[in-house]
Amino acid sequence: MATAEPWQKAEIPGPTKALVVTKPEVVVAMVKKAKRPLLIVGHEAAETDIREKRLLDYAIDISRKGKIPIVATAHIVGDFVKKGFQPAAFMPAIDIANRLVDPEWKGLDGNGQYDLAMFVGITYYMEWVLFSALKHFGGDLKTISLDRYYHPQASWSFPNLSVEDWAQNLEAIIGKLGGE
Amino acid sequence: MAGQQSRIVLLACCIGASAHASHSRHLLEHLIEKYGEETPIDIGGVNVEIEAPIIRLVCGIRPKTLGELEDVQTYIEGQITQLLNATLTGQEGSNIDFESKVFHAGMMDHLALEMADIAQISGFKFPRAEPEAPLVELGFGVVDNAKPVILCIGHNVPPAVEIVDYLNTNGLSSEVEVCGLCCTSHDVTRYSPKAKIIGPISWQLRFIRSGIPDVVVIDEQCVRADALQEAENIKAPVIVTSESNCLGLPNRTRDSIDTIVSDLTSGKVPGVLILDPHKAGEVAVRTAVQVAPNRKKFKAIPSLEEIIEGAKKCTRCNECVRACPQILPIMDAVVAAAVGNPTKLADLYDSCIGCGRCESACKVDLPIHSYIVKSAEKVLKEEKYKIRSGRGAIQDTEIRNVGSPIVLGEIPGVVAFVGCSNYPHGGRDVAEMAMEFANRKYIVVNSGCSAMSVALYKNEEGKTPYELYSGAFEAGGIVNVGSCVANAHIAGAAIKIASIFAKRNLRGNFEEIADYILNRVGAVGVSWGAMSQKAAAIAAGCWRLGIPVVVGPHGIKYRRMLLGRKDLEEDWYVHDARIGDKVFIGPAPEHLFATAETKEEAMVMIAKLCMRPNDTTKGRAIKLTHWIDLHKRLYGTLPDDINLLVRTELDIPITMKDEIHKILEEKKWKESRIPDPTLLPRMIRKRKEEA
Repeated sequence: MATAEPWQKAEIPGPTKALVVTKPEVVVAMVKKAKRPLLIVGHEAAETDIREKRLLDYAIDISRKGKIPIVATAHIVGDFVKKGFQPAAFMPAIDIANRLVDPEWKGLDGNGQYDLAMFVGITYYMEWVLFSALKHFGGDLKTISLDRYYHPQASWSFPNLSVEDWAQNLEAIIGKLGGE
Repeated sequence: MAGQQSRIVLLACCIGASAHASHSRHLLEHLIEKYGEETPIDIGGVNVEIEAPIIRLVCGIRPKTLGELEDVQTYIEGQITQLLNATLTGQEGSNIDFESKVFHAGMMDHLALEMADIAQISGFKFPRAEPEAPLVELGFGVVDNAKPVILCIGHNVPPAVEIVDYLNTNGLSSEVEVCGLCCTSHDVTRYSPKAKIIGPISWQLRFIRSGIPDVVVIDEQCVRADALQEAENIKAPVIVTSESNCLGLPNRTRDSIDTIVSDLTSGKVPGVLILDPHKAGEVAVRTAVQVAPNRKKFKAIPSLEEIIEGAKKCTRCNECVRACPQILPIMDAVVAAAVGNPTKLADLYDSCIGCGRCESACKVDLPIHSYIVKSAEKVLKEEKYKIRSGRGAIQDTEIRNVGSPIVLGEIPGVVAFVGCSNYPHGGRDVAEMAMEFANRKYIVVNSGCSAMSVALYKNEEGKTPYELYSGAFEAGGIVNVGSCVANAHIAGAAIKIASIFAKRNLRGNFEEIADYILNRVGAVGVSWGAMSQKAAAIAAGCWRLGIPVVVGPHGIKYRRMLLGRKDLEEDWYVHDARIGDKVFIGPAPEHLFATAETKEEAMVMIAKLCMRPNDTTKGRAIKLTHWIDLHKRLYGTLPDDINLLVRTELDIPITMKDEIHKILEEKKWKESRIPDPTLLPRMIRKRKEEA
């Protein structure tokens, strides 16, 4: 059964914890409501297989359907390029987090700061601290974890999911992002 | 929140600096008592005339004897007290206040490191800046189990030295094995190459449980909280030797040696506290010799049959995975073992950092770490490697030879792999990174547990990196300076480049030297498994000197980085000391403290962080070649910010001209010039308006 507890026991969140994404429609609504969404994809996306697809493929589908720019972290930009997809940018995860806390940042396209940052594929304990930094210093920025495990430092997160439930959620998000 | 975070960073650095300062205090007092305060400081004879570059730089004095180090020790202790005072509740007005003090704490830490290592080199006559320091044995399999074994854990070496002396004096040196974990093992091999290094800090649990040690001698820093209990489980007496870490044991320093040995060998007490290294040395040897035949290497590792039976009790709750810092697939491995397949448990061995949290979390109390160790027994017994004993300082002549090519950029960088072993995927990553950069003719310098991890690799001919590469501070060398406190020699080498090669004034001239290093010396520290407050303090000392530090993914838990923004052009200007105008130099170096998510990202980041504004066109072309080549190989693409690091046409590597020109055109790149770079207005020789 899905639970909304920190996946790693040593990570103890503060009093404000992520709202649980119980239905994929929540993510879709957040994306549609956002003026400037961004998807940050870490190296585990290039190593993790879900059903017949790689997590990277889900990220590409979300980006294309939702018209959301992707920032590839670590060394995986080449994995995107091999799939015929050019991320909007690639940089270390700490660099994109550092830009997201700067209200004056002009964004990857020069059109200003983002209002929604979704993360997937960064090692749990590292992503945890990034979410914590954005929670405390990111101003009005909302964050969503699309990873399999509950991330209480995000604004919104899936609970701890089975691989099958995770796949279904991601598929549903992709399916609904293209519609009205 | 920003103030509170910086305050916590300052606290961490104060704890780290105080650990090293306390260590240097213990060493200094012991060495003065043993050898006298007039003992000359000698860390390399005529090859090392600048014997204490950090002390000269910060304190402005040139200490000649152990006794003269007392003033420095007192200064450090006073400063740390002041810094700690700044963290008191009610003084959190600005995070910048704390951050400036973090740098100061780092500088105090480096002073303490230098104090400790030059004192012990001088007193104990460790290798004195020797590129060909002896090769010593390292690994789980190097200990002769047939002999009594004394295991030393920690950082403060006097008790281990006394053990070696007692063995030598009594003709027992070939009868008893002395080995160590963590930095004490580095330092005891610097004293006696017959001693052996078992491995890094993270191997405490697995080695104690193996039953091999007959006596465990514990000093200070990086010791497991349950070391006494674990030793008790294998019936090995414990001798605790540091007032910093008494493990709750009664102080037996004034008791007679016969009584203490009797109490330990009879099992009357599990351990004792002895604050006299000389006495601890004799007690350790006599206890080991007496207890070994009775113990018969009693171990706390189950048999394979016991593992299979135990694994059947697993309730598949997944708590072991959730407690594991590495998120290793422990439960799947235990479930596989339950049906007779322990291979998956063995597969965890390389990535396991040996914390034992899986066991604490297990609801049916399975000794999971022991399961992993037993399943990997074959690998473990074959762990036999060579490491070059810590050489200490870098010779002045070596600095003269490499000073010019480093400053001009023709040696592409100095990369230091230092610190703890909290690696994301095992120590092999460190060995591979070290060899990659040595093959590219960077100078690779190692210390502490990272230096051990570099040794844990063999090529097809069974040679380890320390056998394959030169131990000299030269292009393509892999240098082990020694234990954590020997990190001082790495910072010291950067300082000596400014002093010896560039002839900058050294004494009390920190600002100018740090400015020199930041702008001209392409050095980068890498602490791939950083986890402690000491590592934070060492890193802070590097930042203040202008040396960037990269940490592994666990390093993000320090929760504060020092990041540059390459997209903000205005941040990347320096003064040209020749005429005083400001010149764009690009993000070189981009960060002072950064976490890398993967080894691949770290390698590209390291190569990039080695660039400095002063690089000549030839030097920059070499550095660009390595950075771009690594990027292409590991990322599968070209970097997207080459335009920020190419200053003139001549910087462009010849073999990459076409592809780089294409990028420069797309980015509307404009040529700039190479300044005589400085951040200090006072260093400008002629103001622009005067020109």
